[in-house]
Amino acid sequence: MGLNTFKMKNHNLYQYCLQLGDTSFILSHRIAEYCSKAPHLEEDLAITNVGLDLLGQAESFLKYAAEIKGDGTSEDDLAFKRKEKDFKSIHLCEVPNFDYALILVRQFLMDIYNNLLFNELSESKDAIINGISKKSIKEIRYHLQRSKDWMIRLGQGTEESNQKIQYALDTLWMYTNELFYDSSAEIELEKEGIAVLSSSLETEWRKKTKEIIVEAGLVVPENQPHSMQYGKDGIHTEYLGYLLAEMQHLPLLYPDAKW
Amino acid sequence: MSEDNQGILWEVFLQPKPGRPFKHVGSLHAYDKKMAMTAARDLYTRRGEGKGIWLVRAEDIVSSELEDGEAFYDPSNDKIYRHPTFYNLPDGVKHI
Amino acid sequence: MEDQKKLAEFQEKIDADIKIEPRDWMPEKYRQNLIRQISQHAHSEIIGMQPEKNWLTRAPSIRAKKILMAKIQDEAGHGLYLYCAAETLGVKREQVLNLLHEGKAKYSSVFNYPTISWADMGAIGWLVDGAAIVNQVSLQGTSYGPYSRAMVKICMEESFHQRQGYEIVVTLAKGTPEQKQMAQDALNRWWWPSVMMFGPHDAESAHSNQSLKWKIKRESNDELRQRFIDKTIHQGEILGLTFPDPDLKWNESTGHYDYGEIDWDEFWNVVKGNGPGNKQRLKHHIEAHENGKWVREAAIAYADKLNSKTKTA
Repeated sequence: MGLNTFKMKNHNLYQYCLQLGDTSFILSHRIAEYCSKAPHLEEDLAITNVGLDLLGQAESFLKYAAEIKGDGTSEDDLAFKRKEKDFKSIHLCEVPNFDYALILVRQFLMDIYNNLLFNELSESKDAIINGISKKSIKEIRYHLQRSKDWMIRLGQGTEESNQKIQYALDTLWMYTNELFYDSSAEIELEKEGIAVLSSSLETEWRKKTKEIIVEAGLVVPENQPHSMQYGKDGIHTEYLGYLLAEMQHLPLLYPDAKW
Repeated sequence: MSEDNQGILWEVFLQPKPGRPFKHVGSLHAYDKKMAMTAARDLYTRRGEGKGIWLVRAEDIVSSELEDGEAFYDPSNDKIYRHPTFYNLPDGVKHI
Repeated sequence: MEDQKKLAEFQEKIDADIKIEPRDWMPEKYRQNLIRQISQHAHSEIIGMQPEKNWLTRAPSIRAKKILMAKIQDEAGHGLYLYCAAETLGVKREQVLNLLHEGKAKYSSVFNYPTISWADMGAIGWLVDGAAIVNQVSLQGTSYGPYSRAMVKICMEESFHQRQGYEIVVTLAKGTPEQKQMAQDALNRWWWPSVMMFGPHDAESAHSNQSLKWKIKRESNDELRQRFIDKTIHQGEILGLTFPDPDLKWNESTGHYDYGEIDWDEFWNVVKGNGPGNKQRLKHHIEAHENGKWVREAAIAYADKLNSKTKTA
C-alpha cells in the first residue's frame, strides 16, 4: 500500500469513527439533559443506563479516532475541543428534548437503526470496529427491547399518549432520511469490508419500524424530501451549536487545565 | 381516565449465578410485567449482581403471621437429631 | 394495659438488637417517626440529584461525565430503595411525593445551595457525601429491618461517591492556580452546610432522644458531626486547602478537633424554605412530575388493557 493510499484509508477510517462516535455521543448528551426529569423514578434510572451505554460506545470510537489521528490528540480533545463543522453526528440525535414522547421516539428510531448497523459492523474487517460493535450490539438489543415496549405501551395507552407519540413520530420523521445517506468515508471503507453502506439498511429498517408502529396503533408518516445537507458531512442543525457551547465550555475556557 | 399513580409494588429476587438460589433484594414500582422486568434489570443488576430475576407482585406474597411465631417455629428447636452434629462417630472414621 | 405490655416487649426487642419487621407490632409513634425520617432521607436523595445534574452537561471529560451520570443514577436508586422502605410502613409513594410537593415534607437543606462551579461536584462528593456516609454507616444499625437493609445496600453503592468527589478536588488542587482557587472556593462555600447536615446540637434536637431510645438513630447529631470533622480535616490539609473555620484546631486532651460556632440562623433560615434554591428545587421536581402524568396514565391504561385481555382469554 502506497503512502497516499494509506493516508486516504486512515482519513476515511478517522471520519467514519467520528460519524459513529459523535452520533452516540450527542444522543447520550441529550439523555444526560433529561436526567431527573423522567415521568417515573424507575424510568429515570433506566434511561440513564441507555445514556451510559451510548457514552461508552462514543468513548470507544473517539478513542480509536484519536489513535488513528496519531498526533497525541486524545478522545477528550476530540469531544471537547473540536469545532462544530468537524462533528459528524446525524441530525436526528441533535434534536432537543421536547417531551418524553420525543425522547422515546428518537430513541426507538435510533435503536432500530443501530441494531441493524452494529449487527453488520460486528463482521467488520477492522478489528477495533469489530470489537466495539460486538460489545455494543448487546447493549443496543436491550435498548430496542425497552423502546419497543414503551412505543407499544404509549401507542396503545390513552388517546392523549397515542397523539403525543404520533406527533413526535411526525416531527422526527424527516430526520430519518439521513440514516440511509452514504457518507464518502462509508463508500470507500465498504469496499474493504470495514464499513456498512447506510443505504443498505433502509429496507430492513422501514420494515421493522413499520411493524412496531402499526402494533402500537400508530401511523407511519409519509416520507418527506430533505435538503440533503447532512450531519455526516459536517452540516448540522442549529441545535448542535448550543449543545456544544454548553458541553465544551470548561475545556475551552481553561485550555491549559487538566480535569 | 385512570387516576395518576406510581404503579404496582413488585418484590425482586435475584439469582447471583446460575445454580444458586434466588434471594430477595428489594422492591420497585411498575405498571406491567414487562416494565417490571426491565426496571428490575436496570435497577438491581447495575453492578453485575445477578444473572436471573424473579418478580412477584407484593400483594401476592403469602407471609407467616407474627402471632403464630411460637407455635410455628419453636417446636423444631428440640429436634436436634435432624442435624448431623447430633451423632456420635468413632474417632478417625471418614467419608460419612 | 395490653399496649403497655406490648410496648415493654417492643422495647425489650429493641434493647436486644432484634430488628423490627413490617408485620411486627410497633408503637404508632415509632411508625410515624420512621416514616418521617425515611421519607425525608428519600427526598434528599432525589432532590440531591439536581445540584449535580446542573453540571452533568458541562462535565469537562468523558470520564468525568460517565462517573457523574452513574453517580446521579445511584442517587435515584437510593431514593427508590428508601421510598420502598417507607412503603413497608403503610405509606404509598404517591402520598409521600404529595407531601414533598405540598412543602410538608423536608429534605436535607444542603441541596438548596447552588452549584456554581465544577469544583462543587468535587465538594459535594467529598464533603456532602462524606457527611452523608458517616450518618448512613451508623444507620445500618437502625432497628427497623427494611430501613437497615436499604442502608446496607446504599452504603455499599455509595463507597465510590466520596472518592469520586475527592478525586475531583485533588485534580483541581494540583492543577493550575485558577483550578486550585476553584477548589478552595468550593470548600469555603460547602464546608459549613456540610457540617450543618447533622442537624441541631443534641440539646436542641426535637426528635433525638426518642429516636435513640428506639434505635431509629444509633448515634447523636453531635457525635456523628464530630466523626465527620475528625476524618475530613486531614484530607483537606494534605491538598493544601484551608477550612473556613479559624477556630478549628486539634485538641490533644479530647482527641478530637474543636470547631467554631455554627451559624444556626442560617441553618434554620434554609430549613424554613429561604435558602437560595428551595423554590427552584421543588419547582423542578413538581414540573417533572406533572410533565410525566400523561405517561403514567397511559401506562396504567395499557396495563388495564393487558389485564382485561388475559381475563377474557
